[in-house]
Amino acid sequence: MSRVQIGLQDNDESRYIVAAIEEDNPTAIVHYEPALIRIENEGHLQINRESVSEQMGMDWDVQSIHVNLVTLTGNIDEDDDYFRIEWAN
Amino acid sequence: MAVKALQEGYHGEFKDSAEKFGGAIVVYIGWDKHLWFCSPKAFPLDPNMPFGAVVENVLPAGFGAHPQFAEIDWDKVEWSLNQQPFTPDMEKSLAEQGFDHKCLLRMKTPGLDGLHGASI
Amino acid sequence: MEAKKLNVKEKYRLLTRDLDWEFSYEDRKEAFPYEEFEGIKITDWSKWEDPFRLTMDAYWKYQAEKEKKLYAIYDAFAQNNGHLNVSDARYVNALKIFLTAISPAEYAAHNGFAFTGRQLGGIGARIAAQMQSIDELRHIQTQIHAMSHYNKHFEGFDEFSHMHDRVWYLSVPKSFFDDARSSGPFEYIVAISFAFEYVLTNLLFVPFMSGAAYNGDMATVTFGFSAQSDEARHMTLGLEIIKFLLEQHEDNVPIVQKWIDKWLWRGYRLLSVVAMMMDYMLPQKFMSWKEAWELYFEDAGGALFRDLERYGIKMPACAELIAKEKDHLSHQTWWTFYTFGHAAAFHTWTPSAEEMDWLSEKYPDSFDKWYRPRFEMAAELAEKGERFYSEGLPQLCQTCQIPMFYTECGDDRPDDTCYRSTHYQGERFHFCSDHCKDIFEDEPEKYVHAWLPVHQIFQGNCGGADLADVMKYYKLNDGAVNADYMGSSDEQRWKALKGIA
Repeated sequence: MSRVQIGLQDNDESRYIVAAIEEDNPTAIVHYEPALIRIENEGHLQINRESVSEQMGMDWDVQSIHVNLVTLTGNIDEDDDYFRIEWAN
Repeated sequence: MAVKALQEGYHGEFKDSAEKFGGAIVVYIGWDKHLWFCSPKAFPLDPNMPFGAVVENVLPAGFGAHPQFAEIDWDKVEWSLNQQPFTPDMEKSLAEQGFDHKCLLRMKTPGLDGLHGASI
Repeated sequence: MEAKKLNVKEKYRLLTRDLDWEFSYEDRKEAFPYEEFEGIKITDWSKWEDPFRLTMDAYWKYQAEKEKKLYAIYDAFAQNNGHLNVSDARYVNALKIFLTAISPAEYAAHNGFAFTGRQLGGIGARIAAQMQSIDELRHIQTQIHAMSHYNKHFEGFDEFSHMHDRVWYLSVPKSFFDDARSSGPFEYIVAISFAFEYVLTNLLFVPFMSGAAYNGDMATVTFGFSAQSDEARHMTLGLEIIKFLLEQHEDNVPIVQKWIDKWLWRGYRLLSVVAMMMDYMLPQKFMSWKEAWELYFEDAGGALFRDLERYGIKMPACAELIAKEKDHLSHQTWWTFYTFGHAAAFHTWTPSAEEMDWLSEKYPDSFDKWYRPRFEMAAELAEKGERFYSEGLPQLCQTCQIPMFYTECGDDRPDDTCYRSTHYQGERFHFCSDHCKDIFEDEPEKYVHAWLPVHQIFQGNCGGADLADVMKYYKLNDGAVNADYMGSSDEQRWKALKGIA
């Protein structure tokens, strides 16, 4: 199984997104690098709108991930309620 | 293979063909195991100059800064021209000895293999 | 009653697919004249998928938000004299390279995506390319803006655009994009979106920008990550175009493989300068080139190529050589600029004792054996007032245009220069590697046309035969922007600003 990876700018908004990712992807590993939060997981990684909204205490639009996204690997599947990256191998 | 182009017969201009250098030929010169000079160097040279003038003028300008340069015994240098072993005649011109445009001259100096065991 | 809110998939369909039309009375081939000559076969553009499903309205909304955040930080940076907070003024030289080499490449990318955004036959791909074209324009603008603050305090920033078209080492990025932009739309998008953006730009923007943050440069890390937030979308375009081309027709597979092989290598050669920026130009070290390569290429890129195996795509053969060069690349590149530093538009220096120890630790198999003695010897000479600069001009590779400093790493002989050559129509051509030679031999009609700065100087096209004349032609202010950092006006100014004796 290949690892997928996502990088977010280290800021206030991302902190909630990362908390939601950790909750929904228990095997994910979070690396704090200068100005960057890099998260890796085996196979796939999913960000759920509901979990992020819960963390933020306000409604979070999945597409607003673009504002804080730095990098990612894997095939993307995005819908109204989730953002998922995955390798098929 | 050939380039795929919109129009048949496309060919870019040869930017560095011999006639563009005002009678000079470009000669590349590298000194093996002396990476103090990061890469071989390029020189525009008169093809009618004798090889001896390369040793006397061109090489000191390009490579004289190396501490081992002064120790070179020119009779012992192993030369290659365009990757073939080459024995120069100091009196004869470059053209007479097979130097052509964009040729590569390499020199090996046995016993002088750069400094500090690091091919500097 | 409130109208039903469209979900993202419906919105994407309406605002993308439905913008296209059928050609009922005009010839479609005349509308898209570049679509077939490269040999790529498209049977059904409607199979194109954009996983982000970003529509123009959402695009403007999020881009505007990014810009607002970015410019707020620029203002704060300028108001607080942010340049004083960088770790050391040596760092600023990495920014000079960024502005002269990379920012104009953003503009070239803007231009290339405007072309593909017009010429690709499918509406989804066209819109994605158009968005990217606008992104690239944003990138060069924000970069110039960020650097304008440094331009007030340091040398070497003001003539970046003039230099990009002339200075010897800047022909490397310039010719890279010229090569891509003079290809057809499919090769361009595979070259830039896939090989460069997807596989390689992480190495430029992620660890280097983290390094900028680590060195106190808030303006640069901010434009870097703001640009990189667009890159995430560009990378996705790269992966989607590859999958799309491979799924459309089996005849596309060998063409795409050839382009991946070529552009991964071309892009990697271009990144030599980034390797050097990371290992030698960041006073506070964060991650070595080798570590970054392992993380972002060998690990992440490895997963990618395993994913593409099902289409018959293989990891490019050059990856093996690159893996062997990773122990040598940054050292050889920095040594080249150090020794030709009298003709560069930024300052160079020998690494300090602590920096050399860091390099030994990160490169245990190569630094102490091959490179430490070289830099120590150079430092000793500089100490004695005999700072070494190499006389004359280097031989260049016909394809990548980089001085021929690469060695036979593939053969485990890192102290032998790699010489390759070929004959074409009565003329001899020279290369730094097998891969650059292969690229030339595949399309010699194109690469004979290369504007090699060293040969152009010899032909009398660069202001004159003396270095001083050439420097004037470059608008490279001799004695101010070039040579060693020690004793430079940048160093004096920095010391005065920081109150260091």
